Amino acid sequence: MSEGHQNIRGWSWKMALRDGRKNRGRLLLFMSSIVLGIAALVSINSFGENLKDQINGEAKELLGADLEVESRQPIPDEVYSYFDSLEMKMIREVNFASMVLFPKSGGTRLVNVRAIEDGFPFYGSLETEPARQDKTVGGENVALVDQTLMLQFDAQAGDSVKVGKNIYKIDGEVLSVPGQSGIASTVAPPVFVKLSSLEGSGLMQKGSRIEYRLYIKYPDEFDPARFETEIEPRLEANKNLRFDDVEERKEEVGDTYSDLTGFLNLTAFIALLLGCLGVASSVHIYIKEKVTSVAILRCLGAGGGQSMRIFLIQVALMGFVGGTIGAALGVVVQYFLPSLFQGFLPFEVDLAISWSSVIQGILLGLITSVLFALTPLLAIRKISPLRALRTSVGDGDQGREKYFVYGGIVLFIYVFAFLQLGEWFSAMIFTAGLFVAFAVLTLIARAIMYLVKRYFPGKSSFVFRQGLANLFRPNNQTLILVVTIGLGTALITTLLMTQSVLLDKVKFSAAPEGRPNMVLFDIQDDQVEEVTSLTREQGLPVKQVVPIVTMKIHSLKGREAAAIREDSTSTIPNWVLGREYRVTYRDSLSESETIVDGEYRGRVENPGDSIFISIEDERAKDMQLEIGDKISFNVQGAIIETYVGSIRNIDWQRVQTNFFVLFPEGVLEKAPKFHVLMTRFDSPEESAEYQKAVVSEFPNISIIDLELILETVDAVISKVSFVIRFMAFFSILTGLIVLIGSVLISRLQRMKESVLLRTLGASRKQIFRINAVEYLMLGTLAGFTGLLIALSVGWALAAFVFETTFLPPLVPLLITWVAIIAFTMLIGLSNIRKVTNNPPLKVLRQEE
Amino acid sequence: MGNVSTGSAMNDSILAAKNLSKEYDSGSKRLKVLDDVSFEIQKGSSCAIVGPSGSGKTTLLGLCAGLDGATSGSVVLSGESLENLNEDERAAVRNRNVGFIFQNFNLLPTLTALENVMIPVELQGGKNAREKAEELLSKVGLGDRMDHYPSQLSGGEQQRVSIARAFSNDPKILFADEPTGNLDEETGEKIEQLIFDLNKESGTTLVLVTHDLELARRTDKIFRMKGGRLELKESEKAV
Repeated sequence: MSEGHQNIRGWSWKMALRDGRKNRGRLLLFMSSIVLGIAALVSINSFGENLKDQINGEAKELLGADLEVESRQPIPDEVYSYFDSLEMKMIREVNFASMVLFPKSGGTRLVNVRAIEDGFPFYGSLETEPARQDKTVGGENVALVDQTLMLQFDAQAGDSVKVGKNIYKIDGEVLSVPGQSGIASTVAPPVFVKLSSLEGSGLMQKGSRIEYRLYIKYPDEFDPARFETEIEPRLEANKNLRFDDVEERKEEVGDTYSDLTGFLNLTAFIALLLGCLGVASSVHIYIKEKVTSVAILRCLGAGGGQSMRIFLIQVALMGFVGGTIGAALGVVVQYFLPSLFQGFLPFEVDLAISWSSVIQGILLGLITSVLFALTPLLAIRKISPLRALRTSVGDGDQGREKYFVYGGIVLFIYVFAFLQLGEWFSAMIFTAGLFVAFAVLTLIARAIMYLVKRYFPGKSSFVFRQGLANLFRPNNQTLILVVTIGLGTALITTLLMTQSVLLDKVKFSAAPEGRPNMVLFDIQDDQVEEVTSLTREQGLPVKQVVPIVTMKIHSLKGREAAAIREDSTSTIPNWVLGREYRVTYRDSLSESETIVDGEYRGRVENPGDSIFISIEDERAKDMQLEIGDKISFNVQGAIIETYVGSIRNIDWQRVQTNFFVLFPEGVLEKAPKFHVLMTRFDSPEESAEYQKAVVSEFPNISIIDLELILETVDAVISKVSFVIRFMAFFSILTGLIVLIGSVLISRLQRMKESVLLRTLGASRKQIFRINAVEYLMLGTLAGFTGLLIALSVGWALAAFVFETTFLPPLVPLLITWVAIIAFTMLIGLSNIRKVTNNPPLKVLRQEE
Repeated sequence: MGNVSTGSAMNDSILAAKNLSKEYDSGSKRLKVLDDVSFEIQKGSSCAIVGPSGSGKTTLLGLCAGLDGATSGSVVLSGESLENLNEDERAAVRNRNVGFIFQNFNLLPTLTALENVMIPVELQGGKNAREKAEELLSKVGLGDRMDHYPSQLSGGEQQRVSIARAFSNDPKILFADEPTGNLDEETGEKIEQLIFDLNKESGTTLVLVTHDLELARRTDKIFRMKGGRLELKESEKAV
């Protein structure tokens, strides 16, 4: 290398800055397409970091104690004595679902009754209105009721609430509970009462799903690590006990929010990728216009690498500035996120700027810009200096290095997705999905160009021919616009459809005409007849009364469940073995059940005869059971041996009680059980009246109003979809910026063509129409392809993830499509207004 | 045959082409645009290449200046054989030895007149780029237009910037491709005079490609290209 070439390292920088001076506007335009993606990422990341800090700082407040012990059975005395011997403080809680009645309004609702001792929580506080300082619920006959519940039934402090047979005076409303998010309390609003007040409420009967909790506070000098080394090993023999200490809770809450921020980050990442496509296409056109300049530089002695570096530096600077502006914007956006996540967080988040997220955002801006601009930049190295003499010489090609760049892009997207999702397979699906969408759109764009050229309507009008020809002429925008508009459309409509699929699934489960829409459970043996007649007296039909016995699997094919769980070679999932099964018995199958193997025997005639049960097909697969295999159940202490007599399929969409395991009659009649009754109401008044009557007479019975559940789920999904829409907004805006960018970048080319046409005598109207035809075609085809991709994704999600029928929301989709066409035309045509409104020569002079 | 040998001693040669041929693919056919051309040009001399459109003038200029590679044959420029060099090495040879003047000026539109002239010196790593560019621009009469962009200059002014740029790296040989082709007669004459004056002053070798026989006659030698072959029209022509 000559001395001269060694001394000019700074020359590329100098040239990049000089050249950039005249191109500042265009470089800013490239940059703007990545700003929003970076802003979205930085805001979510920074918020996530703040959440993590908060979780770490307030972990004890999230749990309210150092350790929580939970059990479905009453906690044995030796557990209390053990903790007592360690000089630990304890607070007991009994927790169950129950109906409450507000006598003033007559309203009833299923709530989460938390009967608790004084002193809860050890850390943090139960926020109430009016505020309480003494950490007690209050007196024996006092209740603290969830704020939303109070609002729903228009209750005020001083009113009364009936829980079981007990009547409590409402002493205040609960604003927040340690570790519980707003959404959680919407589903099961808590009502706090004093534990000692529960006796005589008639609520704690056999079959009720009661949870016993013990909150523990370690002595000051106690090392929390002793939980794992000492406490857990000592108590783990009791299989009913579950433990949750601060570390575990921290992990659980942290995992939940890192899943959430990971998902939102991916949404933001798609906005950034859309922006990157914008960068790639803008740089591609930019470099095309620079070909002659590069050829001149090469004539003057500049090397290929040197020439490429000039533009690489410009792109990197642009990425850096874009990343910095994006990061700054992200920090601002972060302050809006707490209100967006309102209801999802179990605490208030103190926001601070997360510098690691800011730096990450800036670097991401730099890396993505360079990576995506590299393919067009590579071509610079191969531009022939001969081009300065002859315009017919080619633009230069990217060489084999472009495949390394493509590989780099795929790897980058995969690694980013992996870092967000934490699973290599999901990251692969994400990356593959993105590339399939990209490939489909590229293919469609190429097919459009090929087909329009091949079957060009030569006899159509001048305007139509010119507009169509713009789709395949040199310097056309077909590929880039179809890809960006299509990908943007696909993303936005996929989000729209996922929301609709989720809502449809819920609605589908709701009761159609004549089907039950109210479920009463926890009905005791001796209450069945009375409840049935009460229902009929109220004018409601008794659709179904089903006995339910709870049991656990004791052994499968002669092997004990515990042994299978400990066997690391077993492929039977642990949850299948450990869960509690709710089983019914009857002599025949219901409408929703179909036998797929074996035969259903509905009755065991003599005690001692073999018992043949029926198992749902999916569960039989999980348990690896076939007809004739032996399976024993532990029915609250008694072991019952059975054989698989049949395997059946269940239509879960039917609104009725369905069971994985079905027993024949003649076995479980004497076992401890409860009953479920299904009925149907037609008006809210009817429902309220009936619930009030049931709750007054049978306080232990819980009622689920499916209509209310639907409303609640709808509210939750609306909240979730609002968050998703907020993130999708970044993608939509980025898509618009990219669209504006690509149209503006090709402005000069368009101007020259249109001015030439005007010079040759074309009217303003004709030029306007030619461009209208082109953008109409682009918007229509790109939007349509995007919708097709979204429909495929929506169908796949419905079929494989949500397992429901796919009913695309046709009207919103149609509106989206029309809106996309309108936007494309609006932006495209606004570009041409200057030509149509000014004399040709003036336009050209201005543009040069 | 297009083999023309001019001048006296070999060691005085600045440019020597030997059996140069250039072929292109044109659909299914091979198109021969340059056919076995050989010639030699002495240091400090001037020559013109004339001929009708499509005769191969610009192709020959491109090969001699190292802008393109020949299909066969060799070019030795300022003692360096070009055929074994890659594009970046040829670029370095150009930067050290060659100046260019183009028909359409070929100034970088995003750079000022001064910055355009500075490029060749900067590419050499020279520290006096600005001073040299200012001196040259003053010499071509644009001392007061240095900070103007090409779009703010007339055609003649742009070509003067281009001439200043061509001389800025003290080239041993100057290639000019129709330098007055895009200019009116009066401006064209002024530009011609400027090129010849600066050429004389700096002792640079001048290779001129032109349609203009009047202009060609001002050079020492005139080569005529016809159908890709070269013939000497006039030799040792005095200006």
